[in-house]
Amino acid sequence: MEKLVELRGIVKRFPGVVANDRVDFELRRGEVHALLGENGAGKTTLMNILYGLYKPDEGEIYVRGKRVELRSPRDAISLGIGMVHQNFRLVESHTVLENIILGLREDGLRIDFEKHRRRIIELSERYGWKIDPMARIWQLSAGEKQQVELLKILYRGAEILILDEPTSVLTVQETRRLFEALRRMAREGKGIIFITHKLNEVMEVSDRVTVMRRGRVVITKETRETTKAELANYMIGRPIVFGQKKASAQLGAVVLKVIDLKVLGDRGYPAVNGVSLEVRRGEILGIAGVSGNGQVELAEAIAGLRKPLAGRILLNGVDATGMDAGKMIELGVAYIPPEGNKLGIVPGFRVVDNLFLKAYRYPPYSNKLLLNWGKMLEKARELIEEFGIVTPSALSRASSLSGGNIQRLILARELSGIIGGIPRLIVAAYPTKGLDIGATEFVHDLLLRYKEMGSGIIFISEDLEELLLLSDRIAVMSGGRIRGVLAREEADAEKIGLLMSEAVVQAG
Amino acid sequence: MIEWIESVLGLTIQVGTVYLLASLGEIYAERSGVLNLGLEGIMVMGAALSFIFTLAYGHLVAILVSVVTGILMSLILAVMAVYMRLNQTVTGLALTMLGLGLSGFLASPEVRKVMLLALNPLLPESLLAIQEAPKLPEIHVPLLSGIPIIGCFFRQNVLVYVSYIAAPLMWFILFKTRPGLSLRSVGENPAAADAMGINVFRVRCVATMISGGFAGLAGAYLFLGFQPFWREGLTAGKGFIALSLVILSTWNPLRAILGAYLFGGVEVIQYRLQLFGLGALSPYLLTMLPYLVAIAALVAVSIESVRKRIGVPASLGIPYSREE
Repeated sequence: MEKLVELRGIVKRFPGVVANDRVDFELRRGEVHALLGENGAGKTTLMNILYGLYKPDEGEIYVRGKRVELRSPRDAISLGIGMVHQNFRLVESHTVLENIILGLREDGLRIDFEKHRRRIIELSERYGWKIDPMARIWQLSAGEKQQVELLKILYRGAEILILDEPTSVLTVQETRRLFEALRRMAREGKGIIFITHKLNEVMEVSDRVTVMRRGRVVITKETRETTKAELANYMIGRPIVFGQKKASAQLGAVVLKVIDLKVLGDRGYPAVNGVSLEVRRGEILGIAGVSGNGQVELAEAIAGLRKPLAGRILLNGVDATGMDAGKMIELGVAYIPPEGNKLGIVPGFRVVDNLFLKAYRYPPYSNKLLLNWGKMLEKARELIEEFGIVTPSALSRASSLSGGNIQRLILARELSGIIGGIPRLIVAAYPTKGLDIGATEFVHDLLLRYKEMGSGIIFISEDLEELLLLSDRIAVMSGGRIRGVLAREEADAEKIGLLMSEAVVQAG
Repeated sequence: MIEWIESVLGLTIQVGTVYLLASLGEIYAERSGVLNLGLEGIMVMGAALSFIFTLAYGHLVAILVSVVTGILMSLILAVMAVYMRLNQTVTGLALTMLGLGLSGFLASPEVRKVMLLALNPLLPESLLAIQEAPKLPEIHVPLLSGIPIIGCFFRQNVLVYVSYIAAPLMWFILFKTRPGLSLRSVGENPAAADAMGINVFRVRCVATMISGGFAGLAGAYLFLGFQPFWREGLTAGKGFIALSLVILSTWNPLRAILGAYLFGGVEVIQYRLQLFGLGALSPYLLTMLPYLVAIAALVAVSIESVRKRIGVPASLGIPYSREE
């Protein structure tokens, strides 16, 4: 079979790390080739090289058998290579059409909108998509945005497609539709590289799989000749245990009761539109849904960071509606914000400062006037030990920590109970997003430990697998409302996906 | 009555054109993501140079020099804000201070005399010391200028006609052509544009230079077409009013026409009211009006929810780099 792409001996060094170490990779015509590995294994770096974003330090790139040099994405595009980045690169306020023809050097100065409109409709129908070329990007769902990204590439006649973690923002149904389209593209003779760290997806969609670990290729195999367990072993270098690890705990009194809560979003429209829910001691309430459907606004309202428009929040029976974050902290609410490296730390501060962002104003860490650095440092060293934060010292800047360690720092601050006892309520918004398997397991175990100790936990995630793994109940959120609450025993990916998409139909 | 309306309308157009020219260019810069706060400084430089060069070589050369100077000054901003990724507010304000200071220096009687002699040694002594220059002549469009009321649109100088053509043309380029699409995309989501092979830095640099060119032109017009008497700092904040006009127009060249004449009208009516004696209360209150509107617009646009609703270019003021 014809080789569309061949990478030979690719080496790419960044200051202090070798991101790609003599990597060989090959893509054939008509295949979906999964590129599997943990975060930081070098998958994205390798693909950025193939897309002309990075220059390799060593190695050769062959496209359709010819040696090529790629200096920029423009070179790659002209060779028929297209890439869908993990974060969509779309201009939200522009139309689908404008996004697709952006940078296209086809007709003259003036844009022939009608011609492009027809061709876009034709192309999208071929893959069973219904996209209105004149719709604005912000009106589209995540699945549709991804279709626009693919259309952007296909419109330029690309036959080498790189997809970087394409399912991370999709519902189950949207994912299935994407896989169908990818299979069709493969049948048409295109080659598709599918970057992922999810084993299920590798098994479901790919013909072959290449596993990377720490910048090197571990193995390339036919997918049907391998198993999930074997791939996991290659990927992290040790076996992992699949299945549920639910800690058994008695459900206690109601910790949090939210009644008909409405919260404004940043755009000035209600992002949370009448949510009611209840969390008990020792319970993990999972909140499923595609991000951007009001989950973060809900979490922020409960944490006291956003004033509710209407409705009530009761903590241990006390009306806490509209209290600020300081009051909420004193009532025992711990908040783990999304995008911890942006919202959860002050990057320019030291580790110890970040650990005490909340507790510094309480004794014994300060009296009315002065901070007690000795006490803080002592406690900080304890926490670094207990939570396994890898840092040169408590006095290093937080910005020098890796993503996983930043998350450990945040967890240490929020959960350790440096202010009187364990938290009564933990609101964790996407606490494992962007973490590798090791760090993710750590977060999971920690949440289960606090559950056993009697904290009520709201666990917001997009990853159904981990939701099913940890939650006692799962609430499905979409369009600012809870569309249904499933007990763990009756919940599965299928039902959750249906609840998500039903609402989409209603909304749009 | 008709005469009164015509004179107010005619003046409104004349004042409004200053704002229109300046904001047209600024719309391009901001649509590409660069806030050019140097507008005021570039305008006052354009005014000063058009004063000096008109005396030495006449109107045409003076206008060209003002435009080129504007482009070069904004190139300083482009290099600092786009390529070196410095804070746009600070660099822009620095440029304004540079322009205000430098223009005052160049047009001061002593320096001006030396410059004029160097530019044109044959210049008569009488021109070396005067504080004014010949105004741009009005051009009456045949037939159209005879129509009652709207005829005053067609009894204007050449730069006003330039603004009539430039506004719709710049709207067309921005919304209907490929370069316009690239420019808007760069201001909204530079990473997306970069991924599609567009040179973000070059687009921003060119857009900034366009804003400089128009600001220079606006300065030349302010002096030659409206009030050809030199005094230091004669722009008196008009550059900042143009900046707020850009916001009011929601970055749309066609709406900028309306906004420019609205601001022009407010200013003219304020003069008229003073004549009627209404300003006896305090003329300052009335003089304040345009600035008040400008401040209100700037306050409004800094409110997050308003920003999103009126469609501020999403990357306005944010330097781009590939690594982040």
